[in-house]
Amino acid sequence: MDSYDASKLTPRQDASSRLKDFFIGATPLQKRLESVRKQTSFIPTPPRRKIPQGSQLQEDIDPQKFAFLLHEQWTLYTLTPLYKFSYTNFKEYSKLLNAFIAAEKQKGLAVEVGDDFNIKVIFSTLMGVKGTQRDPEAFLVQILSKSQLPSEHKEEKVLWTGWFCCIFGDSLLETVSEDFTCLPLFLANGTETNTAIIGTWFQKTFDCYFCPLAINAFNLSWMAAMWTACKMDHYMATTEFLWSVPCSPHSLDISYAIHPEDAKALWDSVHKTPGEVTQEEVDLFMDCLYSHFHRHFKIHLSATRLVRVSTSVASAHTDGKIKILCPKYFIGVLAYLTELAVFQIE
Amino acid sequence: MSSQKKVNSWTRKRTSQGSSSYQTRLSAWRIQEDLNDSKSLSKRGQNNTVEDYEGTDDQAEDALQIALRYFEKGPIKTSQSKEKHLKTVENVAWKNGLTAEGIDILLSVALSGKFGSAVNTRIFKCMIPATLISEDSVVKAVSWLCAGKCSGSTKVLFYRWLIAMFDFIDHKEQINLLYGFFFASLQDDTLCPYVCHLLYLLTKKENVKPFRVRKLLDLQAKMGMQPHLQALLSLYKFFVPTLISVSLPMRKKMYFKNSENPWKTALLALRPRNQEFPSEPLKLMLANVHPIKRKWNSHSIIPVLNSCNYSKESRKKRMNLSDYFSSNGSFPLEQLKSFPQLLQNIHCLELPSQMGAVLNSSLLLHYINCVRDESVLLRLYHWLSQTLQEECTWYKVNNYDHGKEFANFLDTILRAECFLQEGFYSCEAFLYKSLPLWDGLCCRSQFLQLVSWIPFSSFSEVKPLLFDHLSRLFFTSSIFFKCSVLQCLKELLQNWLLWLSMDIHVKSVRNSPLETTLGGSMNSVSELIRYVGWLSTTAVRLESNRTFLLHFILDFYEKVCDIYINYSLPLVVLFPPGVFYPALLSLDSSILNQLCYIMDRYHKNLTAAKKNEFVHKTKSEFSFSSKTYQEFNQYLTAMVGCLWTSRPFQKGIYIDSEVLGNDSVAEYKKSLNLVHHPAFLSYTVSFLLQECPEERKVNMSSIRGKKWNWYLDYLFSEGLHGLKHFIRSSIHRSSVLAESINHQH
Repeated sequence: MDSYDASKLTPRQDASSRLKDFFIGATPLQKRLESVRKQTSFIPTPPRRKIPQGSQLQEDIDPQKFAFLLHEQWTLYTLTPLYKFSYTNFKEYSKLLNAFIAAEKQKGLAVEVGDDFNIKVIFSTLMGVKGTQRDPEAFLVQILSKSQLPSEHKEEKVLWTGWFCCIFGDSLLETVSEDFTCLPLFLANGTETNTAIIGTWFQKTFDCYFCPLAINAFNLSWMAAMWTACKMDHYMATTEFLWSVPCSPHSLDISYAIHPEDAKALWDSVHKTPGEVTQEEVDLFMDCLYSHFHRHFKIHLSATRLVRVSTSVASAHTDGKIKILCPKYFIGVLAYLTELAVFQIE
Repeated sequence: MSSQKKVNSWTRKRTSQGSSSYQTRLSAWRIQEDLNDSKSLSKRGQNNTVEDYEGTDDQAEDALQIALRYFEKGPIKTSQSKEKHLKTVENVAWKNGLTAEGIDILLSVALSGKFGSAVNTRIFKCMIPATLISEDSVVKAVSWLCAGKCSGSTKVLFYRWLIAMFDFIDHKEQINLLYGFFFASLQDDTLCPYVCHLLYLLTKKENVKPFRVRKLLDLQAKMGMQPHLQALLSLYKFFVPTLISVSLPMRKKMYFKNSENPWKTALLALRPRNQEFPSEPLKLMLANVHPIKRKWNSHSIIPVLNSCNYSKESRKKRMNLSDYFSSNGSFPLEQLKSFPQLLQNIHCLELPSQMGAVLNSSLLLHYINCVRDESVLLRLYHWLSQTLQEECTWYKVNNYDHGKEFANFLDTILRAECFLQEGFYSCEAFLYKSLPLWDGLCCRSQFLQLVSWIPFSSFSEVKPLLFDHLSRLFFTSSIFFKCSVLQCLKELLQNWLLWLSMDIHVKSVRNSPLETTLGGSMNSVSELIRYVGWLSTTAVRLESNRTFLLHFILDFYEKVCDIYINYSLPLVVLFPPGVFYPALLSLDSSILNQLCYIMDRYHKNLTAAKKNEFVHKTKSEFSFSSKTYQEFNQYLTAMVGCLWTSRPFQKGIYIDSEVLGNDSVAEYKKSLNLVHHPAFLSYTVSFLLQECPEERKVNMSSIRGKKWNWYLDYLFSEGLHGLKHFIRSSIHRSSVLAESINHQH
């Protein structure tokens, strides 16, 4: 009658005691699981966040150094911790990545490592792009095309740029061991083919995993509120929202532009807790925009989907594209993106 | 013949995974053989192609076989049939590719000079492998070259074909042994560029010899700076820089003309068919896939097994690239084929560069099982949780096209979990995230199996994350879903119990510090059982006592009732009344039989527990409360009262006799005994009919006294073993016999 023969199963003394070790909760793996549990059982995002405060870069760092990272459109990815990544091996990495790219482009023809190709790969650290001292240093990878004639010192053209960073990534840092480098946020600019090749190399070399980071409407409204709340000396762009109405055959987009000072005035009217943004305030802010729109056009924007937010601080698209405009809030914007990335990884 | 063939093909299609079915056809059988030879990794991919292959109609297959036989025999003077057969081969080759067997035949035909060079050219152009090319075929082909039966242009074509198909050859060790032969062919001016290209692909460090360098330099002096010679020279220089002092131009041109042109389109078409082909160049789906890209290296979700030759060595010393080509010390994963090999090299095994690859290798799973390196597990954790999230068809929208792929992926994970007999933490984390969004349909069996492999943990902690969501689905879904959930919870319980019972033994030996007391663990298990009890009670009500459902519920309790004896864990949890009474009053004899079995096992477990307590005399913290015993006795009394003594429900549930009287159930007391119980009614009738088959009316109350015993034996002989055990253990026949007779009136 009883067909379940438990004795047939393989014994696993050792594995069991190992698992027991994990169960104690001292190991990073167990810590990870704990944090996932916590995250899942409570409301996913904290109901309040700090408004980005001016430049949080360390004093000796000149924000202008990162000017080339501003005003560019970046595609966002999340990245699991890199295994055995070392900041001292950049030279070798660029050699190997160079060879890998060449091999991929030549499709099957044998390639020698360290040989010359008409591209150049550069790894470099982005000193100071971090939130706390514990955050690992951000780094940059650039693919340059070399001019065919070596004698002429023409400017090398940047084909592709990508950078890895971690701003206030404490919750992730706690759950990994020292063999890993946590840089959960990866931003790329360049053709997708290149991103794929380079991403694949990273995945193979450091056993990590890239995922596209999409920003949902909920987080976009948070961005809208937080970025509107930022104090600006002068506004560079209008505040603009884009909603998408899902209807066939072509979806309909509704763009809603506001003068940034008006947006700020609206924010100030709903804002109560100094220095912080709360969920209620975000909701209220968006509701005000909705009702204003409804009064004029009789369209309930709350029934549509928010797909893009652009402000003078930065602009973000739901597809996971971002453009940072204001150097002052560079770190602040990245901190929120890191938070989203860490949430997705966990 | 043809009808037999049809039958064959039909069975093949039905049992497409079974290996025996391949034997109906030689070529397919050969594929099977190749399959075993080649790396285990590529197995799945090839299986797929075999299946695809079978999809084509058999007529084309037959025609191909005839055509191949025709070519093998050599030309017959009817050119018409030659053209026809050639067409057949071409059609099949361009559509599906040829088997290794087919290529072997055709290669010999083309190089043996049986046909004219026009035919040979056409044959070469259609030699497209469906899966792999066996190394032996190539070696055989080279021996044909030595026979000198083919023209120069055919030779050129052969080399070009070999270069184009280089990655499809299953092994290259023997071909490398022919290095000297190929090298000698450099003499031939027309062949030289192609031979150079082939050597470029073939050269290993040990092939670079001074006399070869000298020869190459001679050739270069004779023919001038030829790009193909330069290529080979620079490769030699790369391997052994000391041997070559001439300076070679740094800037690289295209060394080789495109040799694979005639086959390029065919090879491109081949790729999607052989999706998981190991040597297929990295395919980048990013650009041409709709909204969000799914994967970068897209042949399979699970990465290919590659040992990480980079990170280890380069940290130790300055990178010396040529070291990568000669293995030093560590054991490359690619060579790992057997368990003894694993044992011998376990100290110097190179880990895969992407830990996810272990899922496809049982040997490495063994390794994972005993390795104590935390980072190995963390790498697997990160990879697995991200991949699950990315691939999950309902966690992210727009992903529904890949449902089958995801199901296969889950199957692979489950196989690994089953192999290791433990669940992965990443799967648990994935369940937390995805269960609330699950519709209960997508990949149901896989998803529920994942639940059953949740590592043991505190039930109350996991309940809000998982089981609350699961119960919501449970109550709103069909009876079949309910049954599968119960089944999966039974497996979960079994996994937890096994885990805990192993753990107890380990602990007593190692005396490891306890973080959770045994009491805590037992609490967690009993909470799980109570949770299932709650689910069952409600489900029985919702589904109005369906027999089918009761079976699954009682299956669960078959596990529960034996915990004390089977797993040596101090725990006895009884079923709730909401399960017991519906089972007792069930109309189905097998349910009642199962209930009897469970009651018997509870009885044995409780007795054993009592005995143990008595022997040790110490009141351990796990002595069961008297409440458990009371509850059990209540159930036992109810059962004996119903089935045996015809005094139902004297204690516990009290039923007002007036109610029964009003419902004109006059003899209600008897109506649940072994004779009158609705579940046994058919047995009673057939028992009585056995006695007097002619009878039109049977007198049920005639079963008493001796006949009662005969009736019991009859029931036992009908396979009601649960009942047998129950009666043997719970009712003392000798003393009860009289009593039961007393109560027959």
